Amino acid sequence: MEEKELRAVVVATLKAIAPEVEEGDLRPDRPLRNQVDLDSMDWLNFLIGLHEKLKVDIPEADYAKLVTLGDVLDYLKAKLK
Amino acid sequence: MIEFKLPSLGADMDEGKLLEWKVRPGDTVKKGQVVAIVDTSKAAVDVESWSEGTVFELLIEPGETIPVGTVMATLLEAGERPETAQRTPRPAPAPKPAAPTVAPAATARPTPAVAGRRRISPAARKHAEELGVDIETIAGTGPEGAVTLADVEQAAAAAKVSPAKTAAAPDKAAEMRKAIAAAMSRSKREIPHYYLSEPVPMRRATEWLAKANEGRPITSRLLMAVLQLKAVALALRKFPEMNGFFRDGAFQPAASAHIGVAISLRQGGLIAPAIHDVGEKTLEQLMLDLTDLVKRARAGSLRSSEMSDPTITVTNLGEQGVAAVYGVIYPPQVALVGFGRIVEQPWAENGALTVVPVVTASLAADHRVSDGHRGALFLAALRDLLQQPENL
Repeated sequence: MEEKELRAVVVATLKAIAPEVEEGDLRPDRPLRNQVDLDSMDWLNFLIGLHEKLKVDIPEADYAKLVTLGDVLDYLKAKLK
Repeated sequence: MIEFKLPSLGADMDEGKLLEWKVRPGDTVKKGQVVAIVDTSKAAVDVESWSEGTVFELLIEPGETIPVGTVMATLLEAGERPETAQRTPRPAPAPKPAAPTVAPAATARPTPAVAGRRRISPAARKHAEELGVDIETIAGTGPEGAVTLADVEQAAAAAKVSPAKTAAAPDKAAEMRKAIAAAMSRSKREIPHYYLSEPVPMRRATEWLAKANEGRPITSRLLMAVLQLKAVALALRKFPEMNGFFRDGAFQPAASAHIGVAISLRQGGLIAPAIHDVGEKTLEQLMLDLTDLVKRARAGSLRSSEMSDPTITVTNLGEQGVAAVYGVIYPPQVALVGFGRIVEQPWAENGALTVVPVVTASLAADHRVSDGHRGALFLAALRDLLQQPENL
């Protein structure tokens, strides 16, 4: 999957949880949960959404690696290889 | 004959607008069945029937706004026959009945005088809303001064209101803010709150949760929130004076813990619908219930029983980064439990200093019903329960 395509899937999944998100406002290098109001239920639903769309397994132990949008994209890219 | 009335859907709701009937005359209704959808200042609520019977008459039309307690429909009891049943006069515009859950002081806030309620057909009311015309300013020319469609159109033309540009859709956010303001003002006016807090070590709970989630697929993982909810429910068994309603000058303990979960809404405001019988449910079931409740609360689709019967509220503002929260009790409840953020902090135990994850649990409770001593024991029991996550 192309990076652009992957980013589109991630942003769409995020927007399904937080419709107020504007893609252009998302900084890939800043903690996602500082930019978007996501509680742990939203976060879990975001990851479940990614799991369902991309068929990747995201163990809870990996949550700590997923801080910025860039982290999420890198993590998914590695998993999809 | 059974009268189906608009139930109270919480202290901050005194009227509702019927959006849709889900039954028709002649339909059989079971207990707990959704019979109507009613819009409130907070959400569209699926209103359930608490009686069994056969629908005889629907007395309210979609679009009508009616006070809590208004008879919306009549049901025939088993054995009653429609031919012999008496028809009920349409209740609108009925005088506003006092809802049993609303304490007398609540009426101190300005409400429109009953006599001042306008006679207006649902169609005319809807058209007035579309045209942005205040119905209170329209002179009615219909029977007994009722406002007709023609009156609405005339008033709109007189005011030179352009329907396309100024159609004033009711501002949901403003309505919700008003409802929250009324309930919280009433709470602070009537309930002598006392507040306690207790730091709760969470190492065992976080380790247990990480281990429990390790082997689970992502779709069935648990959140710490469900451990906290279950611990609150179990602690309440020993402290029934925190669980129930203060009504008509007396405390009525509840038989089970129906925990209202404070859920913030993306468009602003909050809602605290109940998860029923929390103490009797497994953590897995609570997780399913919580996920479903949050989803439906945010989609604006809740059931009347969830709105009307929380016996205590739990709020968790730790996600937003605060260390502790001291809540305002939602009347007629008598307590609210708050959880802050789980933070690692220095912890002294048995003469040694370590670093452990800690959450501040707080209690806001009603001094008419309990004292600080019992409140402190309740928080201590909650702390102890969270040290044994395997027993939750």
